[in-house]
Amino acid sequence: FTKRKLDDAALEELEDLLITADLGPAAAARVIRAFRRTRFGQDVSAPEIRASLAEEVAKILAPVAQPLAIDRSKNPFVILMVGVNGTGKTTTIGKLAQSYAEAGARPLLVAGDTFRAAAVEQLQVWGERTGAPVMTGPANADPAGLAFDAIARARRDGHDIVLIDTAGRLHNKAALMEELRKIIRVIRKQDETAPHAVLLTLDATTGQNAIAQVATFKEMVDLTGLIVTKLDGSARAGVVVALAETAALPIHAVGVGEQAADLRPFDATEFARALTGADADRPA
Amino acid sequence: MERVAMFDALSGKLGDVFDRLRRRGALSESDVIEAMRDIRLALLEADVALPVVRDFIAKVRLQAVGAEVLRAVSPGQQVVKIVNDALVDALGGEGAVPLNLNAASPIPFLMVGLQGSGKTTTSGKIALLLKEKQRKKVLLASLDTQRPAAQLQLAQLAERAGVASLPIVPGETPVQIARRAMETGRREVFDVVILDTAGRLAIDQALMDEVKAIRDVTAPAETLLVVDAMTGQDALATATAFNEAVSITGIVMTRLDGDARGGAALSMRAVTGAPIKLMGMGEKLDALEPFHPERIAGRILGM
Ligand SMILES: Nc1nc2c(ncn2[C@@H]2O[C@H](COP(=O)(O)OP(=O)(O)OP(=O)(O)O)[C@@H](O)[C@H]2O)c(=O)[nH]1
Ligand SMILES: Nc1nc2c(ncn2[C@@H]2O[C@H](COP(=O)(O)OP(=O)(O)OP(=O)(O)O)[C@@H](O)[C@H]2O)c(=O)[nH]1
Ligand SMILES: [K+]
Ligand SMILES: [Mg+2]
Ligand SMILES: [Mg+2]
Repeated sequence: FTKRKLDDAALEELEDLLITADLGPAAAARVIRAFRRTRFGQDVSAPEIRASLAEEVAKILAPVAQPLAIDRSKNPFVILMVGVNGTGKTTTIGKLAQSYAEAGARPLLVAGDTFRAAAVEQLQVWGERTGAPVMTGPANADPAGLAFDAIARARRDGHDIVLIDTAGRLHNKAALMEELRKIIRVIRKQDETAPHAVLLTLDATTGQNAIAQVATFKEMVDLTGLIVTKLDGSARAGVVVALAETAALPIHAVGVGEQAADLRPFDATEFARALTGADADRPA
Repeated sequence: MERVAMFDALSGKLGDVFDRLRRRGALSESDVIEAMRDIRLALLEADVALPVVRDFIAKVRLQAVGAEVLRAVSPGQQVVKIVNDALVDALGGEGAVPLNLNAASPIPFLMVGLQGSGKTTTSGKIALLLKEKQRKKVLLASLDTQRPAAQLQLAQLAERAGVASLPIVPGETPVQIARRAMETGRREVFDVVILDTAGRLAIDQALMDEVKAIRDVTAPAETLLVVDAMTGQDALATATAFNEAVSITGIVMTRLDGDARGGAALSMRAVTGAPIKLMGMGEKLDALEPFHPERIAGRILGM
């Protein structure tokens, strides 16, 4: 590989690379500023640049790369899945159910989206695929009441994990956000420490609006972690770098497809290398 | 409340730049160049794709540093107008482009896009719109054999909209369903057949080939790319891939009831040349509106 001096022009190109990966102009500038301190003026090849830029990004992401720990003392451990419409909540519940079932747990799925057309039936298919029972209520039923009943049923039938699906909602809709808060209030009547995890699915194709999404959900429903979905596409989800700096929520996993097995732990180094294109440099 | 104020401040940034510009009596070329830097940042924060931002800024800068502008009575005001007009223009000019119903019945509409972008919901919305506003007889057909309960979802939406849906036959391929939909459309004299497809990634060659095959057997009058208003820089790759595969005739932008700035509209329009025809404004079937470039321009600029 030919070497080139890492000068202002080269740094500007790298900043553009980060912007096209959705870091946003401010976070991209911050990363480049830090990077400049470490490598400015050195002679480097393009793959070396991408690899060390990936290291810089991975440093920011490493603290938030945390798998979801299931506290076995909770009986059951209650996970509430929330997020904007179409981001992958229901599919991710299917994937989590699969991995918990494989680990020997007995998850119960709760069809808390009583609003969208065929949302219940969609979750029921995931129940069949993963062997997990699905608790449903009538159409337009109150999801809070359903969640309450589900926890009682889990205790009765010996389910150690409860995965509650919710209808998609935009964070700027106050009434819909209030509905989520109500679900949490009602769940707490069963177990005041529940829900034990409130997870937001973030679609990798989302740009800077992800920052407002996460900020609002965090404030309204005490998010405990994120799962980035659809990372198998061409989008690189760089906005999580800005999120790691501001919201500092754990990123538990990434979705890499539409099948039950397509969930991976969030790996800061791997993510950063894909983001900067360092991945493509790796010899096959 | 505090949060709302914070986002207003963020999106008002360019408004401030413009206010400052407007108040200036005289402008130098360097004033304009500085304003362009702020506009570049605002466009990037609004998720306009970087190459599209570059082209836009180059074009606007050229107009804005023109001698007539700098010598005008209120040059700042002129620059603001140039930027706004250029953006409206880049988004398709004033007014909305209607759906193309200028074809032999049954008129096929093909809905395509990434996973979860809103294709199925928008299919239901368009069916309702055509039925109510144009008195058309519409058939909804789901070609989605991938997503769990996708066909049932469309059937339920058809029922809510009070339009027909193609009976579900398990085991058929999407191309077979497309053929059956068009045959049913002819036999039962439908005006429009809306073909909803499974979500697919721009880089999924097998599924891109499949949607091409669907296009080839149905020859749609409209091939609508359904995109999420929150889309970031990937708008470029997505729009390019779908346009190359199936020649997009129009774009529908969903979830404009959210607070995303919607810069992807500019990117998608720039790479496909296809008009943005409709905007999704909610989850309910009547939440669909004609696209107004002026409104989105204001939103992207944060004014
Ligand atoms: N390629 C890919 N597709 C995904 C992934 N996760 C989810 N999807 C797809 O995205 C679409 C939406 O997923 P859902 O699970 O229905 O999303 P949701 O958040 O439950 O949607 P609503 O309930 O309507 O708000 C479906 O077509 C899924 O198959 C992923 O990691 N990769
Ligand atoms: N707020 C809002 N939600 C919308 C809008 N359009 C669609 N949705 C919601 O977005 C989610 C996904 O919509 P779908 O119509 O299932 O998306 P799709 O593109 O068919 O998804 P796949 O078939 O899985 O690829 C659902 O929860 C819809 O209710 C809109 O304009 N505004
Ligand atoms: K990716
Ligand atoms: Mg769902
Ligand atoms: Mg669909």
